[in-house]
Amino acid sequence: MSEATRRPAKPLPELEGLAKEFYAFCRQGELRFQRCSGCGAWRHVPREMCAACGSFEWEWSKSSGRGRVFTWTVVARALHPAFAQDVPFAPAVIELEEGVRLLSQVVDCAPEALCVGMPVEVVFDAATPEIALPRFRRAPD
Amino acid sequence: MKDRACIVGIGETAYCRKPGSGMSPLGLQLRAAVRAIEDAGLDGSQIDGLLPFPNLGSAESFAANLGCENLRYAATLHMGGAAPVASLQAAATAVAQGVAHHVLIPAGWNAYSGRRVAETVSMDVASIPGGAIARDYYIPHGLTAPMQWYALIARRHMHEFGTTAEQLGAIALAARRHAQHNPNAVMRGRPLSLDDYLASPMLADPYRLFDCCLETDGAAAVVVTSAERARDLRRDPVYIMGAASGQPYPADEITNRRDLFRTGLSIAAPEAFAMAGLVPDDVDFAEIYDCFTFEVLQQIEEAGFCKRGEGGAFVEGGRIELGGALPVNTHGGLLSEAHVLGMNHIVEAVRQLRGSAGERQVRGAEVGVVTGWGDFGDGSIAILRR
Ligand SMILES: [Zn+2]
Repeated sequence: MSEATRRPAKPLPELEGLAKEFYAFCRQGELRFQRCSGCGAWRHVPREMCAACGSFEWEWSKSSGRGRVFTWTVVARALHPAFAQDVPFAPAVIELEEGVRLLSQVVDCAPEALCVGMPVEVVFDAATPEIALPRFRRAPD
Repeated sequence: MKDRACIVGIGETAYCRKPGSGMSPLGLQLRAAVRAIEDAGLDGSQIDGLLPFPNLGSAESFAANLGCENLRYAATLHMGGAAPVASLQAAATAVAQGVAHHVLIPAGWNAYSGRRVAETVSMDVASIPGGAIARDYYIPHGLTAPMQWYALIARRHMHEFGTTAEQLGAIALAARRHAQHNPNAVMRGRPLSLDDYLASPMLADPYRLFDCCLETDGAAAVVVTSAERARDLRRDPVYIMGAASGQPYPADEITNRRDLFRTGLSIAAPEAFAMAGLVPDDVDFAEIYDCFTFEVLQQIEEAGFCKRGEGGAFVEGGRIELGGALPVNTHGGLLSEAHVLGMNHIVEAVRQLRGSAGERQVRGAEVGVVTGWGDFGDGSIAILRR
């Protein structure tokens, strides 16, 4: 049995509904979030309507892709076998300039070097030919 | 609702790891249920309300096994570990309104010999209400388990308020000390020092091994009835003075909460205390849902036992240990007794208020609090008195 078949595949988002649209933009190299046409509020995760003003109208607006580390954890023991090879790694919450937050990882920073407020910018990681995950790298302040 | 409903029966199985219970999850829960019904002096046909835990057995199968021929009220509250205490609230409302006379709340599982707790969400996203969001936006980045998503909140608390590893350790140590006085605690006979705690392997920073709940097999159950009916039963009733539950906002997604520390309990606790006509200072002990150490600290803050940001200092110096101002998790909790989904916390609170907690009895215990915490921060609380 080859290494590739023995190792479980990493879980991926299901490309359905609004998640399909979110990840379609990621595949094109664009980080877009819903922005309410009624009140202008940005939101993530995608929703059917704006909880602030009640509008069902929205568009996918392009994010600057710049943000800061809001919080993180360092996974030292993977609880899902597909991530066992990656430890230690650090799932991190990034607060984008638009105000929305996104769970991701900072790809070019050792977990012990992470800190709250660290400036980062989006990059895209092709997990499969169909799916690109939005990740972040360190950016100048 | 104040004082109109009582807990009149409690039941537990043995709690264990190796080699496992040797029973099905339903079989385990039925044994705890039978003990709770017997403890109340009832029989199965008198149970006309059932509130099973999410995904661990249907009311129909409980009723068919226990002989509940007159079932007229059944529901399941989808709040994860907050469900048992939220079910206590629902049961109290039901019996106070006459919707049912005797409500059984069971919970239990083979979390050691069956599928491990840590694996459930990533293997079965339908197991929690926010599961599809976790599947699409968290799990692909390796955030797959409750320990990891709560660690994000703990880390932020440490950043904002200077909460330390030693303070989280104080919570683990208190639970372990209490477990030494509990014959049914899995960690009895295995004391823990701060050095042991700090040396334990980091699993999801800031959570070390000893910040994490146990994975055990076992079940527990309680029976709730009205204050009027309770007078005719064999046990001294434990009165539900106040009970409430709540959800964070948004409840199905953690990262975009405006206030990361506002959980379901932040909404529920003031309501429960107002209903009871008490303040946190009136409480003699608290059984706080302890999936991980930081969640205890956070619930101490959000329940109002101290201000937000002061939880770290609050748990130091033995304040939460037996003999301290607010003994917490006198049975050892999920950290050191067993992970029975928080139903063991309700059972322990009743035992304390009956004065039957043996060598871990809180002297003069009149009022106790029990909380639940589940999914992405759903919360529940009950204020109980003897
Ligand atoms: Zn709007």
